[in-house]
Amino acid sequence: MDLATFLVQCLNAVQYGLLLFLVASGLTLIFGIMGVINLAHGSFYMLGAYLAFALAPLFGDWFVTRLAVGVLLAFAFGYLLEWVFFSFLYERDHLQQVLMTYALILVFEESRSLLVGNDVHGVAAPSWLAGGFELGGLMQYPWYRVFSSVACIVVALALYAVVNRTRLGMMIRAGASNRDMVRGLGVDIRLLYRIVFAGGVALAALAGMIAAPLSSVYPGMGGSVLIICFVVVVIGGIGSITGALVASLLVGFVDTFGKVFFAEWSGVGVYLLMAVVLVWRPEGLMKRGI
Amino acid sequence: MASDALTEGPAADVGALPDIARREAGGWRVPAAAVLAIALLPLVVSPYGIDLVLRIAVYAIFALSLELLVGAAGLVSLGHAAFLGIGAYATVLGSGDSGGSVAWLLPLAVITAAAYALFAGALSLRTRGVYFIMVTLAFSQMAYFVLHDTQVGGGSDGIFLYVKPVLQFAGTTWLDLDDRLTLYYTVLGALVATYLFLSVLLDSRFGHALAGIRVNEQRMRAAGFSTYLYKLAAFVIAGALAGVAGFLLAAKDGAVNPELLSWHESGAVLLMLILGGIGSLRGAVIGAAAFVLLKELYQSQAIVGPLADHWQMTLGLTIIVFVAVLPRGLIGLGQRLRGKAP
Amino acid sequence: MTERGTTAPDPAPLLRAVQVGRHFGGVAAVDGVSIEVRVGEIHAVIGTNGAGKSTLINLLSGEIAPSAGQVFFAGHDVTRWPQPRRARAGLGRSYQRTTIFPEFSVVENCRLAAQARTPRPWRFWQRAAADRPSLEAAARALTAAGLGAEAGQRAGTLSHGAQRQLEIAMCLANAPLALLLDEPLAGMGGEETERMLDLLGALKDDHAILLVEHDMDAVFRVADRITVMVNGQVIASDVPDRIRADPLVREAYLGEPEVLP
Repeated sequence: MDLATFLVQCLNAVQYGLLLFLVASGLTLIFGIMGVINLAHGSFYMLGAYLAFALAPLFGDWFVTRLAVGVLLAFAFGYLLEWVFFSFLYERDHLQQVLMTYALILVFEESRSLLVGNDVHGVAAPSWLAGGFELGGLMQYPWYRVFSSVACIVVALALYAVVNRTRLGMMIRAGASNRDMVRGLGVDIRLLYRIVFAGGVALAALAGMIAAPLSSVYPGMGGSVLIICFVVVVIGGIGSITGALVASLLVGFVDTFGKVFFAEWSGVGVYLLMAVVLVWRPEGLMKRGI
Repeated sequence: MASDALTEGPAADVGALPDIARREAGGWRVPAAAVLAIALLPLVVSPYGIDLVLRIAVYAIFALSLELLVGAAGLVSLGHAAFLGIGAYATVLGSGDSGGSVAWLLPLAVITAAAYALFAGALSLRTRGVYFIMVTLAFSQMAYFVLHDTQVGGGSDGIFLYVKPVLQFAGTTWLDLDDRLTLYYTVLGALVATYLFLSVLLDSRFGHALAGIRVNEQRMRAAGFSTYLYKLAAFVIAGALAGVAGFLLAAKDGAVNPELLSWHESGAVLLMLILGGIGSLRGAVIGAAAFVLLKELYQSQAIVGPLADHWQMTLGLTIIVFVAVLPRGLIGLGQRLRGKAP
Repeated sequence: MTERGTTAPDPAPLLRAVQVGRHFGGVAAVDGVSIEVRVGEIHAVIGTNGAGKSTLINLLSGEIAPSAGQVFFAGHDVTRWPQPRRARAGLGRSYQRTTIFPEFSVVENCRLAAQARTPRPWRFWQRAAADRPSLEAAARALTAAGLGAEAGQRAGTLSHGAQRQLEIAMCLANAPLALLLDEPLAGMGGEETERMLDLLGALKDDHAILLVEHDMDAVFRVADRITVMVNGQVIASDVPDRIRADPLVREAYLGEPEVLP
């Protein structure tokens, strides 16, 4: 493998890892703070992708606007969903949560089928991000992929800023370690949960929107993302955003280079990574905490 | 002497059993009657009916195997379908082009499933709670990808079982699983055997230890039990029994495909348990029947008309309502109706 | 081993911790603690909240591994032994929050604990409820703890005090050599406390008992030796009379003048 190809694969690995991070950070926040295991989280990613597809004719090249609108819609959807459905899951045991959220996936999949059908769709990248730049003479690295990575980094920094520098973030961190104390401090815990949940949905949907031009929009895309995200959360540790970042990048590299070197066995690579981490550090790479 | 009074009589018998082994309504008579009814069914029911009961019975064995993990040990596994699928694939791959004998195909299915359960269980059990759920799912995905992407299995299309397993001895064919009726009674026999085996297992010292681990693992460790080994043993036994179900499924369908290991399948079997009622062997069987029948119902154009195309929606909504309203399942409902506290 | 009826403690300690320490992140919960427990004596550990008493008990029972130091029990170096192994060697432990099995009967609670001695899990055709060795051990433990009459009851229906007694009975079901008791009197009224203290007094002849307790009256009545911990370290370890008079101890409890009887 020559240097240019290696560099491209590295860039791809980082880009994929960063997208995964967006989805996984939502999952780990929701789990860390509300204690709910949510199998339907992948469906929010799918929601984002289909939003990108649906909003494309309305906004054309105004891509960033499209993203912003999509994020707002997803946030509102998440807010409603928590209010109407998820808030009832907090007291239930894990098995019931698993089954209720599994049922939710079925409902989402069927709704998608009814609303937009089962076809595979392509979403075009905006024209101002078309093409790419030269890498090592022969290869062209797409601008859109660069945009994807940059966007994810911006979001990651914003997430870090919110969690560590704002009052909301302080309440989130406190809620993660001691729910009752936070309630005792007079914080409206239900509103906090609703915002965190909506935020998690928005993050996953944003990832889906950004990914749409790269991986096309198809039924079942939620499922594959979900399970990889579970692996990320297991490796990184529940409730840890830093852990999710490290683990996402690790998974990105294992998956990307696995495809290059191991072809058809590459799908197994990520799970082998998880198995190794389990042998070495069952509680995850990072200790619990945001 | 005081100690005699405590070891003889009712105190040592009725109250001493952990809940899962408690004598259920009607004792052994209800299951015995059910078995008799199922055995006589082929006399009155169409081939479609026989096939339906066959499907229920195979899934009942699958559900019973998971009940050992979820109901007895309190371990929620979201990757149990992997062992069903591995048992099925082992059967088909072992049969090759010319078929094989039940005498070695069944043990092959059980051993391969148990081997993967040992690997996955040894690692998964290093985690608890939600981590455990996610890790078991991941291990089943690993197996799914091996069979879906690589040439080990036939790829995403699966493989056909050209010749069904037989049991031949001293020149005569005792069992030919190609014959529908033979398969029917074999599966029924396997279901009864599985039920009896688990019943005995749950009454044993091992079973009681599992119950203790489920209720309070800390106390069990403080008493001196190496709880990890008990949980691992339960995981492997559950995997092995799922392998039996896989063998029978392959014999029934004559084909296998990777979707057998999908998480939809793992979710479905968990659903069967909660439909029937967790913590009850009967519940596992009833839940399997309820699930298969519900799915048939929702997919039947004749009964639900245009909704049949969107059966996932109806099934999803039913699950949500059911879990919200009847978290103790049909067995729990039965107890409530009979006036017993759930 | 002492003769029945004598109260002179055995000279060699059955349970011994030597300079054990445990830190979490940067904080040392326990630091350089050495402690000895002998058969025939009740050794109480007291201290204000956050003194490290729970961590110490967890280090002795094997629930967490020490960052430094060693633990010896019955002649073995058990520092690296996990809890189940120490329990099988005869180190029993009761918990501050009751860890019984509420849905099982009282006798099954003890029988299951006793089963750890003779587990034989592979003989799956034998019914647990008919297992003589564990049933007999359970009967003995229940009688010793004074719960014989409640054997057939569901454990969850017992009064709080009776549940704490059951917690002790479950430890006794394993015929332990030493007992680590974490606040056995928690939440008990006067009469129940008396019963528990009588039980402890009867047990100490044949067992080495380490007791963590907040009830100072009880501690000074029943303990043969008291160790005082502050901020993870031992500040005093002596017989009750000298502890009462120790200026360091009085200083540690400053602001709580009613505490020391």
